[in-house]
Amino acid sequence: MDANSPMSPGQPAGSFAATGRGPRLLAGGGTRATVISSASTIVVLGILVAIFLLAPGARAVEHAFFSPTDMWHSFIGNPRKGYYSVGAAIWLNVRMFLVAEVLILALALLVALIRQSAGPVLFPIRILATGYVDFFRGVPLILVIFALGLGLPALNLPFVSSQSDAVYGVAALVLSYSAYVSEVYRAGLNSVHQSQVAAARSLGLSQATAMRHVVLPQAVRNIIPPLLNDFISLQKDTALVGTLGVIEANKAADIYSETVFNFSSFTVAAILFLILTIPLARFTDRLIERDRRRRLAGGTR
Amino acid sequence: MSSEALRIDDLHKSFGSNEVLRGIAMSVASHEVICLIGASGSGKSTLLRCVNLLEPIDAGRISLFGHDITGPGVDANLVRRQIGIVFQSFNLFPHMTVLRNVTLAPTKVLRMPPAQAADEARALLGRFGLIDKADEYPDRLSGGQQQRVAIVRALAMQPHLMLLDEVTSALDPELVAEVLEVITELAAGGMTMLIATHEMGFAREIAHRVCFLEEGRIIEDAPPAELFTNPKDDRTRRFLRRIVEAKRL
Repeated sequence: MDANSPMSPGQPAGSFAATGRGPRLLAGGGTRATVISSASTIVVLGILVAIFLLAPGARAVEHAFFSPTDMWHSFIGNPRKGYYSVGAAIWLNVRMFLVAEVLILALALLVALIRQSAGPVLFPIRILATGYVDFFRGVPLILVIFALGLGLPALNLPFVSSQSDAVYGVAALVLSYSAYVSEVYRAGLNSVHQSQVAAARSLGLSQATAMRHVVLPQAVRNIIPPLLNDFISLQKDTALVGTLGVIEANKAADIYSETVFNFSSFTVAAILFLILTIPLARFTDRLIERDRRRRLAGGTR
Repeated sequence: MSSEALRIDDLHKSFGSNEVLRGIAMSVASHEVICLIGASGSGKSTLLRCVNLLEPIDAGRISLFGHDITGPGVDANLVRRQIGIVFQSFNLFPHMTVLRNVTLAPTKVLRMPPAQAADEARALLGRFGLIDKADEYPDRLSGGQQQRVAIVRALAMQPHLMLLDEVTSALDPELVAEVLEVITELAAGGMTMLIATHEMGFAREIAHRVCFLEEGRIIEDAPPAELFTNPKDDRTRRFLRRIVEAKRL
């Protein structure tokens, strides 16, 4: 055999070739690779389903968690029978998530900028910001929700004490998540090289203008994946607001299970949360890919 | 001799216990081109960064066109508008097109209307053979092209003084010439420049005066013909001998 071609002649070239950079959901690079990956997927899923179906309590679990009629009933709800629609309640989660997300992006940026600021004048505010981050990263979110949801109404203040439980829940989410997200921002700001600041300042840009047009855009680009990761987590954590009695998806499912004694409503809630979070994850992937392509290919925006 | 563009008196600068500049004094006339030579760590880059107020100085005085720019109450942004600096590592803004890199400061600092800034930027890019790169992102450009864009970006602010900090040191050898050509053209146009460089041949051609720095001091300051062929100081002679041995002259 030729010393330069150690491979046997029958083997198709490149079957296991690298499929380019970045993670791929499905292995690319030829039909054979596709067939293999499909087959292994089917085998793995088949084994998991078999384990589930052959378990001694399979029938009971199937009835308790995957009963189609219960899933449907909990999805559409029936107030006369004493339970709410999980399908309708998820919209409250969506709304809480959207409002909280916008507020978190703003508050977290503010905290990050304060913590990154220089100069002795801002020292007390810096200490305050650091204390805020330490506190709200350290206290479990559910305690913050209880503190705001039960404590603020008890204060009997005008306006502050007369909000709905959903508002207190969103406020707790914002306070807790902003502490985390401000650290993500800070990592992003630090990831932009000092020479970029020097270049901007040397052109006469003020510190604020350099921050806004040079540092921040690059920082945000670098932190889109961790930022979106936090927001996926936030979408799920809106369920914790249900502990205040707010009828969001998880609470609605809880009420159904307590009324009908069947847990299929939780399966419905889980599916609905997945429907929310998976598109966000795919959207993130696309943003990253588009940005990478644009910067490598240049030219068109 | 024409008016004085830049004057530096007894400039001192330390980083911690490391004294990088130990009493620099020099004067640059308008339209004069001065090359700073010396080994790495001799203080060339720090001197340029001090002139642009990117580094606060410890002692001494820097005057720009007769105005003290190191005294208290000086608006650093105002000073920097008049001084262009180009760095060894280009430092273009990677998230902006070439055109936007060039127009950012004129629009944000000088409040120039965007259309006018774009026109002027295109004119400058055209002058340096970069017009077809206007809509590219910096990553797509060669090192030489990036460095020319960086020079254009500085020129767009119409500076009265240009500081060039080893602008060809990060370039592949075959890309050095295109950048040096641009600088030669600027010198021919009467731009006042302070150039830190390792390109001795270039310094000899373009400079009106060459300053040799060692350990934070200007050891010798003379016209290139004199400094390169008949250096007065032993230290200058030693440095140039090493350069010749490294075949850089």
